[in-house]
Amino acid sequence: MKAAVIVFPGSNCDRDCKVAIERSTGATVDMVWHGDTALPHGIDLIVLPGGFSYGDYLRCGAMAALSPIMNEVKLAAERGVATVGICNGFQVLCEAGMLPGALLRNEALKYVCKPVDLEVTNAQTRFTAGYAGRREVTMTVGNGEGNFFADADTLARIEGEGQVVFRYLDNPNGSTNAIAGVVNARGNVLGLMPHPDRAFEAELGSADGAILFQSALASA
Amino acid sequence: MRAKVHVFLKPGVLDVQGKAVEAALHGLGWGHVEGVRVGKTIEFDLKGKDAAETESEVKDMCEKLLANTVIESYRVEVA
Repeated sequence: MKAAVIVFPGSNCDRDCKVAIERSTGATVDMVWHGDTALPHGIDLIVLPGGFSYGDYLRCGAMAALSPIMNEVKLAAERGVATVGICNGFQVLCEAGMLPGALLRNEALKYVCKPVDLEVTNAQTRFTAGYAGRREVTMTVGNGEGNFFADADTLARIEGEGQVVFRYLDNPNGSTNAIAGVVNARGNVLGLMPHPDRAFEAELGSADGAILFQSALASA
Repeated sequence: MRAKVHVFLKPGVLDVQGKAVEAALHGLGWGHVEGVRVGKTIEFDLKGKDAAETESEVKDMCEKLLANTVIESYRVEVA
């Protein structure tokens, strides 16, 4: 099994993601620079990490979405490769048009950094299959612009199609319908604001995030 | 030609910065202020044949980069 973590200028959870994936799945993890024009061969999972790519200039994730490597990420996702965007990575996937909606500034204008309890609203996806039988999981959020927004039509569609996969039990940032994570229509691209990479071992307060990486790679 | 692009969150999209600024203005005694929206202006020069063609080109830039039309609306001025 092989995963790629995309590194943008300003990513700061790229190393965390590498360690989290390695320790929770045993997969080999390649770090791929944003300026690269090819992904390593035989990638089973692509992760866009958290951080502040391009200093959040213009809009969070806007510049990173136009990085050269993103063309390859889009092509790989179109081929069905599992792709996960965590926090800033979620913002990048929305900006790249690979996921519905957008992330607004938090309702209370505060950067929120704390463990959060999540409801697994769809355990039928390739990313959440390992959570089957578990209604609640715990991960950590760390975001200033994690307030998920989608227009009414989009919201009705993603709710109706089971594309909402994680929901906050106690909404920390004002997200519409308390949405914490969504998948694309095909179900192979996931974006979530909570960090599975900060919850992959009991010593971190929760090991629930490990299951996400395990599920994603088990499905490859 | 000089282009000015004004980008704002769409009406109906919560503008928390606008709300915070509005509350601060109220605190300074301007209690009659309402509907504050905080946006941004992006200005640049570009070569173009005429205003109409340049405006259409700048709108294309807005759709592809300068605005996220899921949440933002934009207005273009070309002179």
